[in-house]
Amino acid sequence: MTKIGLEIHCQLTHLKSKLFCSCKANYREFEINENICPVCMGLPGSLPRLNQEAVKKATIIAMALNCSTPEKIAFFRKNYFYPDLPKNFQITQLNIYGDTSVGGSGSIMVGDKKIRITRIQLEEDPGRLIYEGSSSKNQITLVDYNRAGTPLVEIVTEPDFESPKQVREFLNILSDLLENLGVSDPSLEGAMRADANVSIEGGNKVEVKNIGSFHDLEKAAHFEITRQNSLHSRDIEIVQETRHWDDKRKITVSSRSKEEDLDYRYFLEGDIPWVTMNDGIVDELKSEMPESINSKKERYISKYTIPVQVSEVLSSDKYYSDLFEQSHNESNAKEIANIITTDLMGLVDTREKRDKSKMTSKHLSDLADSIQSGKISRNSSKNALHEIVKTGKELSQIISELDLGNVSDESELAGIISEVISAEPQAVEQAKSNPQTINYLVGKVMQKTKGKADPTKTLDLLKKQLT
Amino acid sequence: MNLKISALDFVQQVQNGDISAEDFVAETIQRIQKIDDDLHAFLSVNDDAINQAKSIDKKIKSGEKVGACFGMPISIKDNMCIKNSKTTCASKMLENFVAPYDATVISKLKQQDAIFIGKVNMDEFAMGLTTEFSAYGPSKNPWNPEYVPGGSSGGSAVSVSAFECVASLGSDTGGSVRNPASFCSVVGYKPTYGLISRYGLISYANSIEQIGPLTRTVKDTAFMLNMIAGLDSNDNTTIDNKNEDYLSGIDSGIEGKKIGIITEMIGDGIDSTVLSATKDAISKLEGLGATCEEVSLDMVKYSVAAYYTITATEAGSNLARYDNLRYGYEFPVEGYEFNSYISKARQKFGPEVTRRMIIGGFVPSAGHAGKYFLKAMKVKSKLIKEINEAFKKFDLLIAPTVPVLPFKLGEKINDPVSLFLIDINTVTANLTGKPAISVPFAISNGLPIGMQLFANSNEDKLLLQAACALESTVKLPEVPI
Ligand SMILES: [Zn+2]
Repeated sequence: MTKIGLEIHCQLTHLKSKLFCSCKANYREFEINENICPVCMGLPGSLPRLNQEAVKKATIIAMALNCSTPEKIAFFRKNYFYPDLPKNFQITQLNIYGDTSVGGSGSIMVGDKKIRITRIQLEEDPGRLIYEGSSSKNQITLVDYNRAGTPLVEIVTEPDFESPKQVREFLNILSDLLENLGVSDPSLEGAMRADANVSIEGGNKVEVKNIGSFHDLEKAAHFEITRQNSLHSRDIEIVQETRHWDDKRKITVSSRSKEEDLDYRYFLEGDIPWVTMNDGIVDELKSEMPESINSKKERYISKYTIPVQVSEVLSSDKYYSDLFEQSHNESNAKEIANIITTDLMGLVDTREKRDKSKMTSKHLSDLADSIQSGKISRNSSKNALHEIVKTGKELSQIISELDLGNVSDESELAGIISEVISAEPQAVEQAKSNPQTINYLVGKVMQKTKGKADPTKTLDLLKKQLT
Repeated sequence: MNLKISALDFVQQVQNGDISAEDFVAETIQRIQKIDDDLHAFLSVNDDAINQAKSIDKKIKSGEKVGACFGMPISIKDNMCIKNSKTTCASKMLENFVAPYDATVISKLKQQDAIFIGKVNMDEFAMGLTTEFSAYGPSKNPWNPEYVPGGSSGGSAVSVSAFECVASLGSDTGGSVRNPASFCSVVGYKPTYGLISRYGLISYANSIEQIGPLTRTVKDTAFMLNMIAGLDSNDNTTIDNKNEDYLSGIDSGIEGKKIGIITEMIGDGIDSTVLSATKDAISKLEGLGATCEEVSLDMVKYSVAAYYTITATEAGSNLARYDNLRYGYEFPVEGYEFNSYISKARQKFGPEVTRRMIIGGFVPSAGHAGKYFLKAMKVKSKLIKEINEAFKKFDLLIAPTVPVLPFKLGEKINDPVSLFLIDINTVTANLTGKPAISVPFAISNGLPIGMQLFANSNEDKLLLQAACALESTVKLPEVPI
């Protein structure tokens, strides 16, 4: 049986500052080595200052993954030399001397499969290495420390996955969950990285490191299983080893480094006192926790009778569910859900488009109300939405500028209907015996008005004129 | 101009207009130029000191608000960062390191108009207790330059003792303030762990070390403490002392206090003159109304072994950052692969640092941690239990600061184990986080003996009161230099 376990590194991208200093957690907007200070550069004499907000956010993740939270949180030093590590040790967490990392054993359902979480720990991200030069002879390594000290949460799972597909489903759920918690933006480059342990029936465990995105994680797992199966079928032993993911060639490559042999000499980080997590703090965090995706979904279904599939789509994406929450009321909820899932999703399907979008929650509620009151047709509302996203103008202004308003003036409508009736004598005849045909006539009115005729009024007037 | 005055006297005299900060600082610099070639307390002297003193004098004359130091010249152990000045840790590894920021103690003293007269000598990275392990040559004991001044804050003790400054800041990991204070006949104080911010102090064994003042009188120590103690957002291990005033009530005496004499610190290996000085101190304290009786701290026997195991482990980690990639000394990287570069670059560490780094790589390593590091941690926690037990019965504890008299330069440098054992009376305060102070108590054949008092955590005020009482019982000769 195939077994896959994951170690997922997730940056807490929504925090203001790094884990131990006041440099920005969002290092991406800086020139190389501009987002640094004595603390994250590990200068002589500097000391770490624990970012309490990071502890809270990491604990919230632990709670959302149904993990146990310890009474006391402690930090340890993981000692090894590497150029991206300014202190030549990493401040991280460890559960060898009692459970002191932010989260203990937990679990999450992926479909019908329960995936067990081993632990969740909070640690600092190292800097970034940049290689220059073509051949290994003249290659030079440059270091950008802007990322050094960024808060990183490591989520370790048991080897419970049986296929790459399950891995992908889990990652989708996890991404949505992290985004919904407001702790991380999984779409940012480098915000989510992972290592995977992969083994097949009768084979040794192989660790694949350095997988730079969730997208590649599934690919890496798939590649590794294929590789191992191919070895196995030829009776070649699968060696227990560390391989790394080559994201250009999309294959795993054996690491010649003796990383398994490293002795990290873990010991307690004395510069950071233990953090007490009493019931009060835990309860407070629980109350601050955003509503879970599942609970949102259930609420949408039961309270507003929004269809199950629409509720699912709406609740799992934080951007859409936030818009929905901000814009809806009892009477327009269903209409707004409809607008978001049928029309808006096509307009703002990337992060860039969302950032650029000028639409506010008020636009959405205005639009839904206008549809419901017959000021604008469903059809025209699509055009209006497009204009709103692009310009951010008031809905009323857009309706008048683009002439999108419904034709609801009775005499104007009656005139158009008369034209249709005289142009379609056959249909008029049929409509008298077959009520379905009346819809054909409504369609003709819509055609003439470019979809702007008020559908209810049109039907009423048609019926009147036909009898 | 009399340089041989206490910090409190200095402040008083400048405030009264009897002396000017400029004159005093100029005279101090002259004295450093005159005697420091022999003593070698200083690694660098602040060439802007006189200008700084001038501007403080100006402030005084114009009636502006002046900080509590009034231009007092203070020396700083060279393991504390002063912005834009070299901070070498007496190591070749940091030969060219210029600190880009101020340690918290430095910024606090700057606000109080102190003048940092210079950076003073120490054992390399504070590892040693004679100052002979400085990469820039040893300091000499002003009482007899053939003798070691103690360490690792040797430069601090020498500069205070020889009137090259009014007060100094040292750091104490296993006695590094108290030991040289004892050897040079000045007051040396290690506060409760967390009372003084370590931000900007270059770590050696961060879980047990503290910055501490070296001064001529106990009151001067209280004066210094008032300025540098307390909570610091840059050091998460600091404690809130609620702006305690350590000078107020410092003359309260020790009547009715119970003092425990630590049996293990006056036993085997103690010099007979040190023992008789200790007995003398006890009878003087009794004369002031205290009651004294022996108390045994069994774990003291293992404290030095535990101390070296823990400090080596932390040092191995704390000093790992000195790979010369981001700062350090001139040594280009071209032609090296990462590991070969750092192993070559790190050869600039001196012999004692190298020795402790090797131990520090071994004792916490997989397969050995149980036998060494974890055992040492057990000794530490048992020792804490024992001393807490003792403080249920006693207000204070007493023992000589060092069980032996100062010895000659070179006498023990090649015998690390016998050097280690000299720490037996000082490491307990570090391992347990308790405050301790060394008070000059006697001079035997021209060599100083210091007496050490301990108090419970956060009882620093009581400790200083007791030290002040003990200090008042003796009148010691002046340093012969
Ligand atoms: Zn920083």
